[in-house]
Amino acid sequence: MASSCCGGSNSTTRKSAKSSCCSQTLRPNSTESCSGDEGTAVASLETGVVADNIPDTRFDAPWVIGKIATPAGPVPQVATKLRFADTIGSWKCRWSIGRMDYKVEPGLYAVGTPDDNAPVLVTANYKMTFDRLREQLGGLNLWIVVLDTDGVNVWCAAGKGTFGTEELVHRIGAVALDRIVKHRQIILPQLGAVGIAAHEVRKQTGFRVIYGTVRAKDIKEFLTNGMKATEEMRTVRFTFRDRIVLTPMELVGTFIPLLIFLGVLFLWNTTGIGQYGPMDLLGVVGAILAGAVITPALLPWVPGRAFAFKGGLIGLIWAIGFLLITGVPVDPTLGWIKTAAYLLLLPSISGFLTMNFTGASTYTSLSGVDKEMKFAVPTMLFASAGAIVLLIISDLVRFIGGTLI
Amino acid sequence: MKYLKDVATLEYDATRCTGCGMCLAVCPHRVFVRDGDKVRINDKDACMECGACARNCPTEAISVQQGVGCAAAVIIGFFTGGEPSCG
Repeated sequence: MASSCCGGSNSTTRKSAKSSCCSQTLRPNSTESCSGDEGTAVASLETGVVADNIPDTRFDAPWVIGKIATPAGPVPQVATKLRFADTIGSWKCRWSIGRMDYKVEPGLYAVGTPDDNAPVLVTANYKMTFDRLREQLGGLNLWIVVLDTDGVNVWCAAGKGTFGTEELVHRIGAVALDRIVKHRQIILPQLGAVGIAAHEVRKQTGFRVIYGTVRAKDIKEFLTNGMKATEEMRTVRFTFRDRIVLTPMELVGTFIPLLIFLGVLFLWNTTGIGQYGPMDLLGVVGAILAGAVITPALLPWVPGRAFAFKGGLIGLIWAIGFLLITGVPVDPTLGWIKTAAYLLLLPSISGFLTMNFTGASTYTSLSGVDKEMKFAVPTMLFASAGAIVLLIISDLVRFIGGTLI
Repeated sequence: MKYLKDVATLEYDATRCTGCGMCLAVCPHRVFVRDGDKVRINDKDACMECGACARNCPTEAISVQQGVGCAAAVIIGFFTGGEPSCG
């Protein structure tokens, strides 16, 4: 059930549990991100001097290319060109390898040679997020405040509350931002607004929050346009490419259930009753691809609005195609009972996987997901259970030497 | 792309609105439009209940049941008996 939305299934981070998706808590004022030990580090940072006993690993990162002196101590200067290792790192995350521990040390960073008039951007400490931002900033001079979001991207962390008012207020103090710049405004990614109350930040720190663009690639234009965002820059999309890069995560999540399924079939075969082979595997793998890759890729063109319906429909098309090629017309010994079973089972698998893609999508609401699940989950459970019963009946009929209808 | 119709819990109270425009800036789906010196909901079905508008409304003119539209989260919430939660 791994889904490519916010969290990750192979989580090893301090707070997140086993689950696959976004939110630890959806409550607005979550204090998740601030652990006690960090609080002490901050206390000494607030004086502007990094105490000797607290290792500041920000300068050790391979993408730090220099130091900028400030009244609050030296600040690491970061590269705006990505290295090969950064690209590989992003690719690994897409395939769920080490995804939950791909982080940047929170704190203040410099791009170019900023002074006390330079703009201040705020971002999350997911390394992929940080890379997407810095690669857009070539030729600019500005500051970046990296919040501790536990290695989660801006939007998801804002939903959890870790990219939140509390962390922002605390980080502004921790990096002594009031001593770094003379002005009193900070630019946040627009999607961070889910977790930040701009008026609260102003009240507590004196800094005015300006919401920038949705995408990092527009931030340069936003800055040069006098901080004006177009409607297009303010709108979240879900393009073909956006969807495709998320599908490997969906596939990775199906590996273990698929292995369990194969194990059960193998055991069933050893009893002599079941006779499942590569063709059956093909049917199921096809249904997985239909639900986790094909439907997400074709999302806007697949009829219907509910994700489970879309996936179920593509799964049904696959099931019919698969059965026409391998089923009764070709191999009469397969029988109509098994055919019916596959017509129930394969669309259910696809529908379930596409339903899980709601977590990766950028436009589904919780109320909507709730509504579709009330119908889809019982339907898919019934269909799958019915399919399994039919398969067992079909196997038993053949086992006792009966004729398959 | 549009999700299900008539499900969003978004509500807007024009009497409390000061027309500051914060909701116009933060909404990722352009649900609000300016209407004179206030705003109005233009496309409620586009609302994904992210909660950014309500969170940033200084006069609490907007309310929405914030949540993440994620089926896996709903399933986990169902089994753990808590709120929809992903991890």
